Amino acid sequence: MRSRVAFAAGTLAAFVLAAAPAFAQKQGGTLKISHRDNPPSASIHEEATISVVQPFMAAFNNLVMFDPNEKINSPDKIVPDLAESWSWSPDQTKLTFKLRSGVKWHDGKPFSAKDVKCTWDALIGQEEKSELIRKNPRKVWYSNLKDVTVGSDTEVTFVLGRPQPSFLSMLAAGYSPVYACHANGRDMRSKPIGTGPFKVVDFKRNESIKLVRNPDYWKKGRPYLDAIDWKIVPNRSTRTLGFVAGEFDMTFDSDVTFPMLKDVKAQKPDAVCEARPTNVNANILINRDAPPFDKPEVRRALVLAIDQKPFNDILFEGHALYGAAMLPPPAGFWGMPKEMLETLPGFGTDIAKNRAEARAIMEKLGYTKDKPLKIKVATRNIAIYRDPAVILIDQLKAINIDAELDPIDTTVWYNKIQRKDYSVGMNLTGGGVDDPDTAFYENFHSSSDRNYTAYKNPEVDALIEKQSAELDRDKRKKIVWEIEKKLAEDGARPVINHNVANTCWTPQLKGLVLQQNSIYNGWRFEDVWLDR
Amino acid sequence: MGSYLVRRFLLMALTLFGMSILIFVMLRLVPGDIADILVDAAGIADAKEKAKIAKELGLDRPILEQYGQWIGGLSRGDLGFAYVSERPAIEEIAPRIPISAKLTLMALFFSIILGVPFGVISAVRQNTALDYSLRVISLSGLSLPSFWLGLLVLMASVHWFGTIPIYTNEPRGFLQEVGLLAIPAAVVGFRSSALIMRLTRSSMLEVMRQDYIRTARSKGASNTSVNYNHALRNALLPVVTVIGIEAAFLVGGLIVTETVFNIPGVARFLVEAIRWRDYPIVQNLVMLIAFVVVTVNFLVDMAYMVLDPRIKYAD
Repeated sequence: MRSRVAFAAGTLAAFVLAAAPAFAQKQGGTLKISHRDNPPSASIHEEATISVVQPFMAAFNNLVMFDPNEKINSPDKIVPDLAESWSWSPDQTKLTFKLRSGVKWHDGKPFSAKDVKCTWDALIGQEEKSELIRKNPRKVWYSNLKDVTVGSDTEVTFVLGRPQPSFLSMLAAGYSPVYACHANGRDMRSKPIGTGPFKVVDFKRNESIKLVRNPDYWKKGRPYLDAIDWKIVPNRSTRTLGFVAGEFDMTFDSDVTFPMLKDVKAQKPDAVCEARPTNVNANILINRDAPPFDKPEVRRALVLAIDQKPFNDILFEGHALYGAAMLPPPAGFWGMPKEMLETLPGFGTDIAKNRAEARAIMEKLGYTKDKPLKIKVATRNIAIYRDPAVILIDQLKAINIDAELDPIDTTVWYNKIQRKDYSVGMNLTGGGVDDPDTAFYENFHSSSDRNYTAYKNPEVDALIEKQSAELDRDKRKKIVWEIEKKLAEDGARPVINHNVANTCWTPQLKGLVLQQNSIYNGWRFEDVWLDR
Repeated sequence: MGSYLVRRFLLMALTLFGMSILIFVMLRLVPGDIADILVDAAGIADAKEKAKIAKELGLDRPILEQYGQWIGGLSRGDLGFAYVSERPAIEEIAPRIPISAKLTLMALFFSIILGVPFGVISAVRQNTALDYSLRVISLSGLSLPSFWLGLLVLMASVHWFGTIPIYTNEPRGFLQEVGLLAIPAAVVGFRSSALIMRLTRSSMLEVMRQDYIRTARSKGASNTSVNYNHALRNALLPVVTVIGIEAAFLVGGLIVTETVFNIPGVARFLVEAIRWRDYPIVQNLVMLIAFVVVTVNFLVDMAYMVLDPRIKYAD
């Protein structure tokens, strides 16, 4: 009898303890966040910047999403969102979703499978829905998507050209919300409607973005917050001082650099600050058509000249990560192991030996200390681009390259790159999803608009296709590493390092989980609450 | 006087017309347009998408037609549609004008209320410790960039008072608004007040050596009466000219002040619009600024007549 009572008491205690966090969450309050700049629009599908995803993701739902409680986005941690469940056809070319019923758009109209079809029809360029999305920076994500068919109001099927295991991960990204079929592009860019936990009530250019709780949200009891108030504060010092003074509950994502972190912690000791990889890497663009970089040995010399440590020490106080094209583990799901990485050109530890080899190549081509190769290093005229470019220029001197900084107005940067009007450039590349398909197709496949260096290697193209269709995860990883190795050997966008930055918030802000392998995910804010 | 005014108004109209051509052409000479920037912001340079956006915004039409459409609209009070927000330009510009106007007026008020009296004191107390102190302060006002000064004020405020005087919410009521704008106005007006002070001082020193000042003193007029009624009024002419010019320069100063203090005014908005090549916003705002500058210059010329009865504008 006593043991039964003890068991019952123990069970009750365990239940109470387990349930305690659920009871602890408080409803209400306005979360105030500073925003770094003016988002180009509110239409997530049309843009490629965290400035849009972070504030507006909370207005939408996806079909599926990366588990918001997990720090690392992985294909194994995808959870239902507007889809209740999903299944693949036996040949892995049809992905069918069962959708939730009773979900409403913010304007009260019912959500159905037709909305899903409309969204992806617009994304793959079907003419009849072209006004919903006027530009699509992620066309390459859906190059394998042939059709979207509606089975019923609650069933929709994505028809693929061939098996593509990454497809579900791409649908789980913050960049893949479902749009309303009855909305128009102009509304989606200025005051979008979604099915998400918050409604956009105001988007004042250069001023603020206001979201309020969606009382009809399909997930009962969510969100906890009454509102989210974003203030656009373009000056970083003002933003940081605003956070320190308590004007904001949270900084913009990754807004706090390591040197700034010391100031923030000194002035606001109770601030919770988390450093995490951003899945944005600094890389060098080499124009393979511009002499003498049309010669593979010159490209190799340039890669051998790079010493990644000073970049890391100066810009990140040693916190940045070393990796090839994919974000390295443990934060990255697909990057190659460290011991393999060290065998790649430009990743060895003997910098003096690498540079001696590079100098020998350059001298053989007639570029000596007295008669150096004169080039310009083009980069976007923004500090985060210029700073690594200046360090690169300094390092190139060691191999008889006399480089000069060519800062390009940010508005014409990609035009210039696509015109191949440069020889060497410093670039930053961010990944919407930590998946080889998005990274490789976007940046290295010969058919991509965003393959800025026009890198063309049929062997790499074939390997990209092969890994994309590979269903066995371990086998796929091995192909991915092979591609990373080939890209490094070919000097295709040599990666300098993978950035790490800090985000800070007030200790009263609870339930926020920052995703470590993509800054573009995890901004739904439905589980976030204020302990006030 | 009547025909002078007519001539002045015609000149003003001609100046504004010239400005409209200048701004229209200059904007289009800058590399890249909104279509370039919109696709660039998305990290792509898809020629088809760019052409589609350019057509949608009417950028593919002949330049003369675009100019005619803008000027025609302007004459009807239609400022067109902002490219970025896709809302009527007037809705974007109108709410921001009062904020910047109040800030400019407060800054101007601040610079006059400090610059003129301190300039007089400095001149009257020439070569005293007070004069030296005021001259050092005025020199620092001319040397300190308002961007840096603004940040310093914010940092000091956070450090000592644990609060930051930035514009995060719309002020509720007149007093709160004055409180919010006073510090940025002081920061932006500090430079102008320094300039006005130095000019008032040198102008006063010159006037105070004139015979009529000596005569006034010999007739037993008090120091205050001599300094303010006789000397200052005559010393003010060059100061008024500078105040007129400074009013235009303050708009330039507002760009950094509005950025640092996060004030959603016209100046910061203009910079952002230039960055995005948002032609309807930039063209109309520059025209507005040109109009204000031309009007202020006209008012300064009129003020000469009030200050110096010898000045007459002949027909």
